[in-house]
Amino acid sequence: MAQSTHQPLGGKLLTKPFMLFALLFLIAVYFLATRFMFGLGSVTHLNGGYPWGIWVVVDVIIGTAFGCGGFAMALLVYIFNKGEYHPLMRPALLGGLFGYTLGGMAVIFDLGRYWNFYNLLLPWYAQPSSVMFEVALCVMAYILVLWIEFSPTFLERLGLTNAKQKLKRFMYIIIALGVLLPTMHQSSLGSLLLVMGSQLSPLWFTAWLPLWFLLTAIAMGYGIVILESTLITNAFKLPSEQRILSKLSPIVGWLLAAFVVLRLIDLLAHGHVAPMFAADLNAFMFWLEILVFVMPTIILISPARRTDQRQMFLAALLLLAAGSLYRINAFLVAYDPGNGWSYFPSAPELMVTIGVIALEIMLYLVFVKKLPVLHGTRPA
Amino acid sequence: MDKSRRRFIQGAAGAIAGAVAPVESTQALRRENKQLPPNALGMLYDSTLCIGCRACVTACKEANDVPVEQPAHLREWNVGVWDSGEDISGKTLNTIRVYTDGTKERKDREENGYAFIKRHCLHCVDPSCVSVCPVSAMLKDADTGIVTHNPDACIGCRYCVYGCPFGVPQYQFDETFGKIAKCEFCEHLQKKGEIPACCDVCPTGASLFGRVDDLQQEAEQRLSKQPGDRYEFPRGRLGDDRPTHEAAIPEYQSHVYGVKEAGGTQIRYLTGVPHQKLGLPKLPDESYASLSEGVQHTLYKGMIAPLALLGGLIYLARRSTKQHEDEE
Ligand code: SF4
Ligand code: SF4
Ligand code: SF4
Repeated sequence: MAQSTHQPLGGKLLTKPFMLFALLFLIAVYFLATRFMFGLGSVTHLNGGYPWGIWVVVDVIIGTAFGCGGFAMALLVYIFNKGEYHPLMRPALLGGLFGYTLGGMAVIFDLGRYWNFYNLLLPWYAQPSSVMFEVALCVMAYILVLWIEFSPTFLERLGLTNAKQKLKRFMYIIIALGVLLPTMHQSSLGSLLLVMGSQLSPLWFTAWLPLWFLLTAIAMGYGIVILESTLITNAFKLPSEQRILSKLSPIVGWLLAAFVVLRLIDLLAHGHVAPMFAADLNAFMFWLEILVFVMPTIILISPARRTDQRQMFLAALLLLAAGSLYRINAFLVAYDPGNGWSYFPSAPELMVTIGVIALEIMLYLVFVKKLPVLHGTRPA
Repeated sequence: MDKSRRRFIQGAAGAIAGAVAPVESTQALRRENKQLPPNALGMLYDSTLCIGCRACVTACKEANDVPVEQPAHLREWNVGVWDSGEDISGKTLNTIRVYTDGTKERKDREENGYAFIKRHCLHCVDPSCVSVCPVSAMLKDADTGIVTHNPDACIGCRYCVYGCPFGVPQYQFDETFGKIAKCEFCEHLQKKGEIPACCDVCPTGASLFGRVDDLQQEAEQRLSKQPGDRYEFPRGRLGDDRPTHEAAIPEYQSHVYGVKEAGGTQIRYLTGVPHQKLGLPKLPDESYASLSEGVQHTLYKGMIAPLALLGGLIYLARRSTKQHEDEE
């Protein structure tokens, strides 16, 4: 059957690393049970000054940015019509599928009144001026879109070629939505902070927040694609995708460079020089963040470095770290509720976040082993 | 890249640039601040009159059926029903905090003095909490301007907690089925013709209930007197016939806090100690909601921009998928 070069990897599921991830996940389940029985305060360090912690910032805000691989690749493959990147599309979508689905799940256990969740869908409660309202609807819609985008893979596996053909006819609409929705909500995740005013350090507060969040989310999307494909091709000894990747990298590099330069220009234009050089945590985190953004930018732009698989892998890691740091800084470090409040996640809180990530990796492994996701060895 | 694709992408880039260009001056993106409702009700809290008796805190707990709070480190010497919550919380809708400096000798002096400050919702004119709530669980009355909360709508996202510039709404983290707690200005008592419990019990008139216009006048009148002048301070509801509390006019800070802060509030604060020392944050005259809603409305007005973008994306995706099919 040479109709598709996408192949399930096959192989044993219950490997040792898999069991370790399963254990981490079980620990998270234990703490989540505690949370549902005794309330959010029984497992987290959330408080009246810091009502949002790592479950929101890492699991949802960073988690969905990690899930932007599908979005970033769709932008390239279908909107800029770069068909040569097509082999990276399915694994990227799969990453997105789990990034978003689990981010959505994390929302449920983080919500303080989760049993009212469906109110978001009731028109008489709708509050369109709320950025949160837009984010919630967009993310829900996008999770649906991701599952539809990914469904040909299931249909292929089940041998339902007819259904797959039918779906294909409308796929372009789904693909367009798959670009529009993340553009909207990834920028809006930045807009969430626009209402914070002087509660946020001027190093992060700017009317450009939506654009900064969008640019970094796209960059992180490419970062995860590079990471995923390097890891997978090595672990499963697949034909290397290095050639495609090294073509992709300058695009990502220039995107990052644009972000860093524009951000600095914006800060200077508004005269926020003093806080940059203040001797405090904000200034330190700001420069650390800039540094971690600049390092991968250099690797990805330099023609000599970006052909080296190790450097590329490092660049992808740094890029994801930079985007994550930016989000943690903007939502937690830059934010000062006053009144002496402080926040650092508790161990159980961290374990839940780690467990969610473990679940994500486990599901990813199951899917690539059982479903035709990856461009495999030549068809038999 | 073919021509039409290039044209669309250039067009889209142009549109995005056009949409974000005004960001240059953040001011241009703001919508107007909202206006004080016609029959706005509020409170004048005069820190110099407050004796820190916390009768208002106890009355609030009774009126709103919230439990007494005792932090662990104070529990030992504080046996019984004395409430000693240190700030508003999921179980404390109002509280009195103390400012102290040096020898704490004189009341209402910044240096070597002490002062009281009351904490609760300021019933903002253009409230962030109402603007950010995704399910309309925070509501501002169109007539009285009182900001209430509807727990049946609330999903517990805590964006209001994060967004309120005064740190007012609080989620009950220690409850299995926690709620958002926030002063609703005893709306249930007002419906029965009564006044908020804190203003009702206050022995000195430090917490005074009334129409915002009248309270503003009252505040200005106090400021216009000379320190030391005898003055009849009204108690309970401004304009009622309760006996007044006669005392000397103190040395006030000249600024009335709450008039313009973050687009204005329905609470007025008069103090002897600078406001920021008492934990009242320095805030701009523009409401915070005016910027976030301004940006949001610019980008999403009538959903025109997103729909136009979707149209372009559909067109491009269609061509690409067709082309890929032909190649396959
Ligand atoms: S003080 Fe906070 S909770 Fe009260 S109305 Fe203003 S924004 Fe809302
Ligand atoms: S916690 Fe409740 S009231 Fe506050 S913003 Fe969320 S849904 Fe609205
Ligand atoms: S009841 Fe009046 S005097 Fe007593 S603490 Fe409250 S505001 Fe101050």
